[in-house]
Amino acid sequence: MSVQSLPAETAPGAAAAPAAPRRRRPPRALTAVLAVALLAVLAAVPLVADPFSTNTVSRILVFALFAMSLDLLVGLTGLPSLGHAAWFGVGAYTAGLVSTHWTSEGLVTVLAAAVAGALAAAATGWLAVRSGGVYFLMLTLAIGELVHQLAQSLSSVTGGSNGLFGIPSIRVAGTPLTLAGYVYWFVLAVVLLGALGLWLVAASPFGAALRGIRDNEGRMRSLGYSPFRYKYLAFALAGGFAGLAGGLFAGLVRIVNPSDAGFTTSALMLLAVVLGGAGTLWGPALGAAVVVLVRDTFGPTLEGHGPLLLGLVFIVAVYVLPRGVAGLADLRRGRRRAVLPGTDEAPA
Amino acid sequence: MSAPLLSLSGVTRSFGALTAVDDVTLDVPAGARHALIGPNGAGKSTLFKLVTGALRVSAGTVALAGDDVTRLSEPQRARRGISQTLQHSSLFLSQTVEQNVLLAAQRQHRSRHSLVPRRQAAARERTRELLADVGLAERAGTPVAALSHGERRQVEVAVALACEPTLLLLDEPAAGMSPAESARLVGLLQTLPGSVTVVIVEHDLDVVFALATSVTVLHLGRVLLTGDPDEVRASTAVQQAYLGTGREALFLDDPGPSRTEVG
Repeated sequence: MSVQSLPAETAPGAAAAPAAPRRRRPPRALTAVLAVALLAVLAAVPLVADPFSTNTVSRILVFALFAMSLDLLVGLTGLPSLGHAAWFGVGAYTAGLVSTHWTSEGLVTVLAAAVAGALAAAATGWLAVRSGGVYFLMLTLAIGELVHQLAQSLSSVTGGSNGLFGIPSIRVAGTPLTLAGYVYWFVLAVVLLGALGLWLVAASPFGAALRGIRDNEGRMRSLGYSPFRYKYLAFALAGGFAGLAGGLFAGLVRIVNPSDAGFTTSALMLLAVVLGGAGTLWGPALGAAVVVLVRDTFGPTLEGHGPLLLGLVFIVAVYVLPRGVAGLADLRRGRRRAVLPGTDEAPA
Repeated sequence: MSAPLLSLSGVTRSFGALTAVDDVTLDVPAGARHALIGPNGAGKSTLFKLVTGALRVSAGTVALAGDDVTRLSEPQRARRGISQTLQHSSLFLSQTVEQNVLLAAQRQHRSRHSLVPRRQAAARERTRELLADVGLAERAGTPVAALSHGERRQVEVAVALACEPTLLLLDEPAAGMSPAESARLVGLLQTLPGSVTVVIVEHDLDVVFALATSVTVLHLGRVLLTGDPDEVRASTAVQQAYLGTGREALFLDDPGPSRTEVG
């Protein structure tokens, strides 16, 4: 089908309109320089930091990947999940069991974790994504608690409430990684690959369809998309990436507890996504860094008041940065998003 | 007359005691420019929803190009070539004009499963053409939430055309457009190839009579009359239907002040 262009003079209104402010992005070169600098700093961490700090940064990286996988659901697809730690936990237990009973080859364990996370999410997702809003929240909460309870009660497999401990250290090509630095580099490499995967999904036409479903599911249906399929695939993918993060976690801390699959972990990650700015991927990664630092590093020095500090940080963040850290970057670019008028849209 | 592209037979839809669409039988031949008019509450928008599948019929059948599509879901019917603009703009507000049209275009250009953004060249090219056609080439990078009402209507039309429809349903496409914008829309719709069948609901009768080759008048959910534009203008039954709403001057050729009441 070809539609001829009409002469411009038929639309004086459009011609007279001020030239649209094209979305301003920082220059490509600047973004590239920043990315390379960040990579260099991240890669250099074990060389300059002590093992404890290196370990903390490793955990930040793992939780950053976890938060980004949740952002695929919350920010991109508009499905706020309260049970996302279930897939993290499934991945962590899978990696722990694989390396205890079979092989602790790093790539095998994390890939097994990712596959297990995706399969577990796919097994329950067909039910969860049929609902939306509060119902989705409640269903994912229930699924998360189910996985948590399974981890508690299947003590012959998971170690029950003692946790799954004694996980051997990660091997790469048969050599165990005993130094914190090598483990860190392994974690960094897998997290970067995972982040690249998530970015590709977000930037693809599939990602565009997910954003379309988030904004206006009814319209997507009338364009010929079946939202269920897209949401289901997004749910399974997010589960897979969360499982990948869980597998790294098991290799890193070498003990998995039922609480790693529980509600608190899910809620903390949701907090990280909101804190960082849902829908941007890099924002939630920063949010995860804040959450891990406040909870694990500053928390223990406050005589058990870590959660209180986290709560205060969250309240302040919601007031000061309603769009999260990522929203701050938008403001600096002078790209103020227009406020969405919520009233003139007919319900779909 | 060629075989009907859209064929409705005995289509009925009730909401409780209210029958919004009552036993509508209607054939729209392929390539037609068919207008659907009637007073407010005549069931025009409901009828559109029954055709697209957004609502299920209570009785009757909907056939597209000879195939019964009554049991198909809305996305399935859309994939068979039904595309629409809605009475109230229904867009993806947080996204740019280009992204909105691209969402429709990418489905047509077989790129929706590609993970590599570069593969979307064909869909992007088509999006650029369409935005130029509807007069929004300059606004491609603007978030839809920042557009005026008239501009959003233009995006709606671009999105609907990006589906490369065989049946295009336009629900008051010119509502809220400036006269210049609505003239541009009419020009654009007139250039659509004969492979696209257009059914249009519109209160602006200038638009209707500039486009339509046949007109169906709905009143209280029933078909009052189907005919060519001149028959409809002349029909006393149609004038009766509108009389109750005080718009008797609608069908007079005199472009007097009464025209402004329309819509």
